[in-house]
Amino acid sequence: MSVSPVSPVRSLPRFGGFSLGMIALELRRMLRNKRTVIFTLIMPAAFFLLFGSSAEYRTQRVGDGNVTGYILISMAVYGAMLATTSGGAMVSIERAAGWSRQLRLTPLKPLAYVAVKLVIAMIIGAVSVAVAFLVGSLAGAELPVHAWIGCGLLAWVCSLVFAAFGLFMGYLLPSENVMQILGPVLAVLSFAGGLFVPVDELGSTFATIATFTPVYGVGEIARYPLVQDGNLWVAVLNVVFWTALFSAGAMWRFRRDTARV
Amino acid sequence: MTLTTVPSTAAAAAVELSGVVKRFGTVTAVAGLDLRIRPGEVVALLGPNGAGKTTTIDMLLGLSRPDAGTVRVYDHTPQDAVALGLVSAVMQTGGLLKDYTVEETVRLTAVLFGKPRSAVTEVLERAGIADIGSRLVGKCSGGQQQRLRFAMALLPDPELLILDEPTTGMDVGGRHDFWNAIRDDARRGRTVVFATHYLEEADAYADRVVFVRRGQIVADGTASEVKALASGRTVRATLPGASLPDLSAISGVESAEVRGDTVYLHGRDTDAIARHLLTTTPARDLEITSRNLEEAFLTLTADAA
Repeated sequence: MSVSPVSPVRSLPRFGGFSLGMIALELRRMLRNKRTVIFTLIMPAAFFLLFGSSAEYRTQRVGDGNVTGYILISMAVYGAMLATTSGGAMVSIERAAGWSRQLRLTPLKPLAYVAVKLVIAMIIGAVSVAVAFLVGSLAGAELPVHAWIGCGLLAWVCSLVFAAFGLFMGYLLPSENVMQILGPVLAVLSFAGGLFVPVDELGSTFATIATFTPVYGVGEIARYPLVQDGNLWVAVLNVVFWTALFSAGAMWRFRRDTARV
Repeated sequence: MTLTTVPSTAAAAAVELSGVVKRFGTVTAVAGLDLRIRPGEVVALLGPNGAGKTTTIDMLLGLSRPDAGTVRVYDHTPQDAVALGLVSAVMQTGGLLKDYTVEETVRLTAVLFGKPRSAVTEVLERAGIADIGSRLVGKCSGGQQQRLRFAMALLPDPELLILDEPTTGMDVGGRHDFWNAIRDDARRGRTVVFATHYLEEADAYADRVVFVRRGQIVADGTASEVKALASGRTVRATLPGASLPDLSAISGVESAEVRGDTVYLHGRDTDAIARHLLTTTPARDLEITSRNLEEAFLTLTADAA
């Protein structure tokens, strides 16, 4: 095999380098990371089994399902959130390793790179929700069909806010262990946003504060098809606000990053 | 002190830097650099730390923009030249992800450049790492990682290959293998620009040596021209009965030494000295030697403190 002396035809890739081939390779790499797999796929399902699958919860009813189903949705949201955050936060590791700089020596456009990261984050988020729901369906979660579908889709789509959060943090924190910081942060936010314990069980002051935290809206929206109750517009406003804020933050850091190098 | 060996030609230069200035705050890293590199040249960029070599390379690759002056690579902006695969680089450190395998890293590069799978196999072979394709990058030695960077740089089949201190941290064997791979590759007519602080590498592998100090070019020529420029050469000859005053009087001799029947004459125009010795004296066993590049380097970079 040899290179012909004739200069090759040179052209730019389509879509700034955004391609299925890159997404496939990046997914494979992410699934190779045991920590990612444990945190995003195994842990939410394990939390669900620990906290949501008792006999008592299986018999208690919520809407047209049981409490086990209700907790399953919360855990699916938690998993999707972890998955999309770590997907976005990949940029932090890649910047620390100098990989972003290496990518500057290819035709890949910075915006295409961010788009790939978002797609990866959302794919892993979808797998996380699917795994949680599969385990839930086998472990006694009962939901009406429309809630299985609706809650699952909403948990997934709304986790976009955390993909933006992960990207923002990924650009903000140039650390190899960014998820070790973000993991506990997400756990605290999940408590504050009523994902682990319903907010109204924590007193009215806390319940009011909770509505302003970024996890609250996603949880409320994702559970809505089951409970069909609560301040949906507050939840929507919450998700829109935090998505806008995190996206703006990510764009701001991204611009600085591309200008500097 | 500038020695220019580059005639201007109408054809597009591989690299054309004119009046390039780059400042970082109050520090001027590159202070009005003019450099033209013709296609096919193998050029070493030499200079002490902080001379502006890496800053210059970053500008050639479009990783930073000059504050003044222009940078053209094969008549394109550096960003376009990179995106088109006209220029690629082997950087000193970093730039690899530990949890990719060697083959996946190159395959990702191939995907980005729109190259087929066969190109991946080919560059892995040419970089000498086809046998470790399935190894995780994190488990590769420094030399293997450097050859992986080389494989990635070969992938777009660039006209210009830039190497920034490419053998730092390699053992002697690794450096030898790496340079053999580069030299084989340069035979195909690729333009190569490398920064190095291993002076013997510049001496052994470059057609042309460009000395940079304080962001400016202080000498530019073939390795032997630059060596002569900096420290002259020495003519050694056997000449029984030579007297020191006579020898010092020879035109072009800057210093002379007599040790028994052997004379040592130092000067820049050693050809003239040799011609004089051979035509007007009974001198025999003539030998002309350069000082090594290391000494030239020290002379050139230390003179204007």
